[in-house]
Amino acid sequence: MAETIQLEVTRYSPEHDAAPTFQRFEVPYRKDWVVLDALNYIKDKLDGSLSYRWSCRMGICGSCGMMVNGEPKLTCATFLSFYAPDAVRVEPLRYFPVVRDLVVEMTDFMVKLQKVKPWIIRKEEKSIADGEYLQTPQQLDVYKQFSMCINCMLCYAACPVYGLDPLFTGPAAIALAQRYNIDSRDQGAKERMDILSQHEGIWACTFVGECTEVCPKHVDPAGAIQQYKLTAAKEWFKSLLMPWGAK
Amino acid sequence: MSDRFETHQHDVLIVGGGGAGLRAAIAVCEANPKLSVAVISKVYPMRSHTVSAEGGAAGVIKPGDSLDEHAYDTISGGDWLCDQDAVEAFVKEAPEELLRLEHWGCPWSREPDGHIAVRAFGGMKKMRTWFAADKTGFHMLHTLFQTSLKYDTVIRYDEWFVTKLLVDDGRVQGAVAIELMSGKIQAITANAIILCTGGCGRVFPFTTNANIKNGDGMALAYRAGAPLKDMEFVQYHPTGLPFTGILITEAARSEGGYMLNKDGYRYLQDYNLGKPQPKPVLRSMELGPRDRLSQAFVMEMEKGRTIKGPYGDVVHLDLRHLGEKLISTKLPFVRELCLKYQNIDPIKELIPVRPVVHYMMGGVHTDINGATPLPGLYAAGEVACVSINGANRLGSNSLPELLVFGARVGRAAAEFASKHTTPSAAILAQAMDESRRLRKQLLEKTGGGERIATIRDEMQKAIENGAGIYRTGTSLVETVTKLRELQQRYRNTVLDDRGLTFNTELIAAMELGFMLDAAEAIVQCALHRTESRGAHQRTDFPKRDDEKFLAHSLVYRNADGSSRVEYLPVKITRWPPGERVYGEPSQTKDAQAGR
Ligand SMILES: Cc1cc2nc3c(=O)[nH]c(=O)nc-3n(C[C@H](O)[C@H](O)[C@H](O)COP(=O)(O)OP(=O)(O)OC[C@H]3O[C@@H](n4cnc5c(N)ncnc54)[C@H](O)[C@@H]3O)c2cc1C
Ligand code: SF4
Ligand code: FES
Repeated sequence: MAETIQLEVTRYSPEHDAAPTFQRFEVPYRKDWVVLDALNYIKDKLDGSLSYRWSCRMGICGSCGMMVNGEPKLTCATFLSFYAPDAVRVEPLRYFPVVRDLVVEMTDFMVKLQKVKPWIIRKEEKSIADGEYLQTPQQLDVYKQFSMCINCMLCYAACPVYGLDPLFTGPAAIALAQRYNIDSRDQGAKERMDILSQHEGIWACTFVGECTEVCPKHVDPAGAIQQYKLTAAKEWFKSLLMPWGAK
Repeated sequence: MSDRFETHQHDVLIVGGGGAGLRAAIAVCEANPKLSVAVISKVYPMRSHTVSAEGGAAGVIKPGDSLDEHAYDTISGGDWLCDQDAVEAFVKEAPEELLRLEHWGCPWSREPDGHIAVRAFGGMKKMRTWFAADKTGFHMLHTLFQTSLKYDTVIRYDEWFVTKLLVDDGRVQGAVAIELMSGKIQAITANAIILCTGGCGRVFPFTTNANIKNGDGMALAYRAGAPLKDMEFVQYHPTGLPFTGILITEAARSEGGYMLNKDGYRYLQDYNLGKPQPKPVLRSMELGPRDRLSQAFVMEMEKGRTIKGPYGDVVHLDLRHLGEKLISTKLPFVRELCLKYQNIDPIKELIPVRPVVHYMMGGVHTDINGATPLPGLYAAGEVACVSINGANRLGSNSLPELLVFGARVGRAAAEFASKHTTPSAAILAQAMDESRRLRKQLLEKTGGGERIATIRDEMQKAIENGAGIYRTGTSLVETVTKLRELQQRYRNTVLDDRGLTFNTELIAAMELGFMLDAAEAIVQCALHRTESRGAHQRTDFPKRDDEKFLAHSLVYRNADGSSRVEYLPVKITRWPPGERVYGEPSQTKDAQAGR
């Protein structure tokens, strides 16, 4: 009765291997199991040395992104049943340096995130005693979608521009910059614009929208990039008219 | 070995980058911008478990509500085990902290005119729960993390794992940690250390808690000589998915969902929870208090009337009769969770559910500023026990607790750190010892043959059997014995993974060690508290006993590894113990909130 399914998993240890290889495992097949459950089965029962990241198993912590049969996926939200009875191939996220097995190096994103200043910037801060900044549900809706990013990196693994040019700020970081730019409480758009325009990467984005397609949280980073380009063009135009600096 | 040994020095070291840790980091920067602050976290901070909180955060802000009412709800919900001075500070500072988060950009849900919106929450008699759609914890955590990026004095050690606290001269002065990426074992010294490592739900087999919630900070403090407080109080939520522990909100039942046993019978009618009606009735049957629902599950299981599933016993939550239209309009998130993470469609299928462990009321014993009795050691968040949660936490009190006590602990640690100086030489020697121990006992160990997963499964079973929803002296003693055996066998674990780079098996082994200590503390406290109060239900002592137990349990670790339990009277300021009525439906019982 016990059905099984084959998993082909990338193995790589910088201490021992010159290049990544694949290892095949046979694991029980269950309708309610996601790819991550199969990896956990391997780690618990078959080979404790398999390395990968995970935590919440509910699609919100953003840890478990991997390539599943060639596509960037959250492994905690990808059922084996989608692929069964065929084998499932699990690889580390594309375009990132591999640390070990299925673990990639994401320091690059952390640095870029800080660079785009993803925090509220104001000329004058309001004191707590004066209460909240008013923000209507409509004003909230303007940036809400871009605030849903779980930093899972799937969009980077899908982005052809990032694949060619690792200096590109990339979909999620731009979406988060834009999230603050269009928040009614924020006054930092100009500052962020200066940073974002430093690199030409953003202009290389051709709006094919792979990032938006793979995003598990419907953030629509491609939309953010497009929006940003328009604003940047406007700012640039204004700066030509008003050399002392546009507001 | 020694060639790999490095040390880093900071004024304040924060272990944990969840809601509590990040709020504390910012508070240190604000209190004294000259201090160097380190945040060390075994996962990137925005992966911390705060991210998964959905419901909301309580703070009095609307006219018609008052701080006293929030305090009273909290204290009665906690079955009078809360320290009332801490609760008073908490309710006063919660709205200020939530506003501060608003100023930092948290996308709180709003009223049409732009003011903060609040919602009702189990156990809160007034509407005072702030929320950010159904992703409150996610938005709070990302707002805190992104805001923390603007402080240059915060140095982050992302994906570093703390294995031990270094104590010399009666004062905590540093920690040993492994950098996952490189496998380097290093010492980080500091004048003050704040533990913000979250809870330990993973000690139990069925839990809403993420894989990273292993009681690390509780065990670190306990081993360093600080006492843990009220560890016997473990909160269950009655309807979690069995395998994943994903929580199915009460809304599914308030819309009219049925709880069914293996015969398709609405079994709650047998447990004094009213008679079944076709439409939901407030405070009856499926809408009875959460603790009573969890308890009914256990009794039904004992009668053999639950369903045997692949992951143990379950009952069914039936939404099918509600129809596709109602489910997709009123319960879209419930359907999404079932579809996306369990491959079940509640429109057509029964949802298997069971009570799951959700929250630890207990933790590292601290005062109202987060200071532990061990100089230089502080704690805040779920790892700590101040205590504002008493014997039972009220839903939506935990998120604001992270902010209020995160801020308080940051200020207190900053002050302590400014007055103390560099670590002693003995600390470094201790750090070298720890590094040697990690290699010998884990990385280079051969022989043995125990697998981590086996011991973990047995521990989870043992604690569920002995210290689950109902406890008895006998069941607890059995669990104590079993845990001793597991502690022994734990020494014989061998790792498949001998590598240094990102060795997650090594981390899992240490987490198991931490969980075994947390389990021991839970069981010891439960064994010694011979009364029933809030989440601690002893079938052999079914009554609350204020004569003897209007007191916090403090469990200490003795030098030989055994433990001892002492008691500390509860601080009562203005609300003398009252009855938390059981049996008849009443408002206080709803206090068994679980989010
Ligand atoms: C599903 C769910 C829903 C919830 N909903 C609500 C709600 O609606 N309202 C509410 O008020 N509460 C809710 N809670 C409770 C609340 O979310 C938690 O109590 C709270 O978020 C805990 O935050 P924390 O900062 O204490 O710890 P966490 O967010 O768990 O963070 C712990 C941190 O410590 C680090 N760490 C741990 N061990 C180590 C180590 N050895 N070395 C280095 N770093 C370490 C981790 O990396 C992490 O950064 C919910 C809980 C769950 C599980
Ligand atoms: S934008 Fe979407 S895909 Fe990209 S990191 Fe954020 S959540 Fe992931
Ligand atoms: S494990 Fe958290 S997103 Fe998948």
